[in-house]
Amino acid sequence: MVFKRMLLAVPSLIGVVIVTFLLTRALPGDPAAYFAGPAADKVAIEQIRVKLGLDQPLIVQFGRYVNDLVRGDLGQSLTTGQPVATEIRNRLPASAELTLLGLIVAMVIAIPLGILAATRPGSWVDHTCRVVATAGVSLPVFFLGLILVYVFYYLLGWSPAPLGRLDVFYSAPPHATGFYLIDSLIAGNFESFRSSASQLILPAMTLGIFALAPIARMTRASMLAVLGSDFVRTARASGLTPYTVIITYAFRNAMLPVVTTLGMVFSFLLGANVLVEKVFAWPGIGSYAVEALIASDFAPVQGFVLTMAIMYVALNLLIDILYVLIDPRMRIEA
Amino acid sequence: MKRRDFLKSTAAVAGGMVTAPAIWSAAKAQARQETLLIVSESGPNNIDIHGVGTNVPGYEVSWNCYDRLISHEMKTVNGVPYYDRDKFKMELAEDMNVGDMSATFKLKKNATFHDGTPVKAKDVKWSLDRAVTVGGFPTFQMGAGSLTKPEQFVVVDDHTIRVDFLRKDRLTIPDLAVIVPAIYNSELVKKNATEKDPWGLEYTKLNTAGGGAYRVVSWTAGTEVILERNDNWKGGPLPKVRRVVWRMVPSSGNRRALLERGDADISYDLPNKDFVELKSHGKLDIISTPYSNGIQYLGMNVTKPPFDNLKVRQAVAYAIPYQKIMDAVLFGLSKPMFGAPANAPTEVAWPQPHKFNTDIAKAKQLLAEAGYPNGFETTLSFDLGFAGVNEPLCVLTQEALGQIGIKVTINKIPGATWRTELNKKVLPLYTNVFSGWLDYPEYFFIWCYHGKNSIFNTMSYKSPQVDGFVDGAVTAAAEGNKAAYDKDVKGFVDQAFADMPRIPLFQPYVNVAMQKNVSGYQYWFHRRLDYRALVKG
Repeated sequence: MVFKRMLLAVPSLIGVVIVTFLLTRALPGDPAAYFAGPAADKVAIEQIRVKLGLDQPLIVQFGRYVNDLVRGDLGQSLTTGQPVATEIRNRLPASAELTLLGLIVAMVIAIPLGILAATRPGSWVDHTCRVVATAGVSLPVFFLGLILVYVFYYLLGWSPAPLGRLDVFYSAPPHATGFYLIDSLIAGNFESFRSSASQLILPAMTLGIFALAPIARMTRASMLAVLGSDFVRTARASGLTPYTVIITYAFRNAMLPVVTTLGMVFSFLLGANVLVEKVFAWPGIGSYAVEALIASDFAPVQGFVLTMAIMYVALNLLIDILYVLIDPRMRIEA
Repeated sequence: MKRRDFLKSTAAVAGGMVTAPAIWSAAKAQARQETLLIVSESGPNNIDIHGVGTNVPGYEVSWNCYDRLISHEMKTVNGVPYYDRDKFKMELAEDMNVGDMSATFKLKKNATFHDGTPVKAKDVKWSLDRAVTVGGFPTFQMGAGSLTKPEQFVVVDDHTIRVDFLRKDRLTIPDLAVIVPAIYNSELVKKNATEKDPWGLEYTKLNTAGGGAYRVVSWTAGTEVILERNDNWKGGPLPKVRRVVWRMVPSSGNRRALLERGDADISYDLPNKDFVELKSHGKLDIISTPYSNGIQYLGMNVTKPPFDNLKVRQAVAYAIPYQKIMDAVLFGLSKPMFGAPANAPTEVAWPQPHKFNTDIAKAKQLLAEAGYPNGFETTLSFDLGFAGVNEPLCVLTQEALGQIGIKVTINKIPGATWRTELNKKVLPLYTNVFSGWLDYPEYFFIWCYHGKNSIFNTMSYKSPQVDGFVDGAVTAAAEGNKAAYDKDVKGFVDQAFADMPRIPLFQPYVNVAMQKNVSGYQYWFHRRLDYRALVKG
């Protein structure tokens, strides 16, 4: 089943390759003029165009792009001057670490809140859940990020300077996974661990608060539906403890839609990341892609979209597998 | 492991955790003392100024990591150390002898590159050949000083190089002191060059191959650049700062917070409003210096109606809300380029203010005389990359032009396309900045007003009188004929203000904010930081 699902993803990836190639070419802006510098005349711009291979017909450019792609070469970024594949490999862990942590923050707050709200509808817990969710989703992420920086760094001084993944005077732990929290533990470097953890708190909180709403609301709605169903009434009538009823019976059944939501939330967190990365000077792939887009730098944009597409496909696959684990009925149907 | 042992070991670990921070912070304090932390919006895309499309932050790295034959002395302008346009000091050369049609440089015998190789005349020749050959910006800049052919650079002996002049040009020697003619370790670069890339541009893009006061020890594009002092530097007195960490912080609010909390030492690209507020708080040192030879202007395309009509251009020049722009957009952090007294004589200087002031009645009258009593419609374009100043400036101008009947639509052009659009020379009305590294009036006019129509003559302005004055000034300067030079400079300035193809608005400021314990800031023509003079503590 996993294999069949993966085969299904191939046409969409081919589509993504073609569409991103064409879209980036359709962008306004002439990279040759941009990179020729402010003082370049027509001749200089043409020299640059030939150097970049942009004087060739589109189909030739596309052929070369696909050919490089097959060899795992995503091209060179013109803005940063580095190969795109290397940059994405270096930056992806930064984004992933932040996004995962943000998702964990959101889950840790939202799921209990949703369950509590569902068990006591109309109570103060329910209202709190509603207010927190509404506030979280209505505050723009960059604004929330700036507010957190202002309060916790500028006013209170509790948080370290928003200068990216590590304090200026620490060096990165030796590369193992690219996740600084894990790498620093592997290296036994608690100093780096502490520094990177404290750097992560604010951006992860920002993302977490933003992602709270859908998870909390979905947990609440789906728990309400399940709590009203016959088997819960039977379980209660049989004298099971409220804990067993809610967690063992109701929650497991309510989890399916929540997992689907988690998948969705994770994908849009990767998007929201772009702004959070800007605010916290986070060296992730979101800020990388935006900078490239501003400069009409084709290669990184294509590489970014392709990476994202692959991640989405992988994520959907993972969610499908999780379904099977949570809901035995899926196994029978498959 | 027994339960008791486990408890003991956790206690030991916990104890370690408690005492350790004290040691860490001592080490950290030491590191902080010797390190200068710079924060800015963007970083380099290439650390070699000869590279394809190297951006301005890349120039800063090149300036600090490579030596030139000569550099400039400092003078003091308004209490700020300011490079002296007319006084040169030796950097890699120990002696300069300027003759009639050539200049001879003797190199410092003990100077070495970062890898210890002695600096020889052949390195200088190779580097200057590279600058005039690679094309793009470096070649263009060399050409501005009549340095265009490799044959001009002659190795006399191991430590002597001669630069032959193509023609008499007073910009030739100053052009050897800009960032481009940096001296590279030719053997090292050649070793890393390929057939496709004979000048080793791919290598120097990522590696410093010079002998300057600093070298790049690590560079993560878009994140940080770390530089360390070259303790064997012979180009001047040993710099005080051992290590420079330059972090990119995209949010200007955060850059300000970092400065105010005392975490960052220097930043220089904050919005004007922040600088004004920081100045009034007095916690930081703020230094504002006008761009040398730089002006933000409103340009008009003089080849097409309605701006081909002089009276229309004058009407626009009378309608612009100059003072409002100074107050509400720039918060006073710029030098006005308008409203000179009516009887003020033209000076032999550039930039200098013109005599227009906001006068809506006069503007209306001129527009009626031009045949547009009911105004017309046009678009006003600006570069979104500098929206912080450009957007409010254009909105104020739009409102003011509306008062005389000119209906203006604002056209925001993204930074990536701005140059393309501007170079097409079809935008009717736009605002832009030009500034020249070489601070000479005729230099500005050659690029911006001369009829040879360079890309900076964005108005496509052509005037035989201006061309005559500019050419005359260039010749007079080369010959040292001061009387003729003065007459010609006054001539082209007067003519430019009479024809008004572009309306000078203000001379922008370079604003630098730094902690009180940081000193030694110098203003340079390139407007970037010179780490070599900075002192911390």
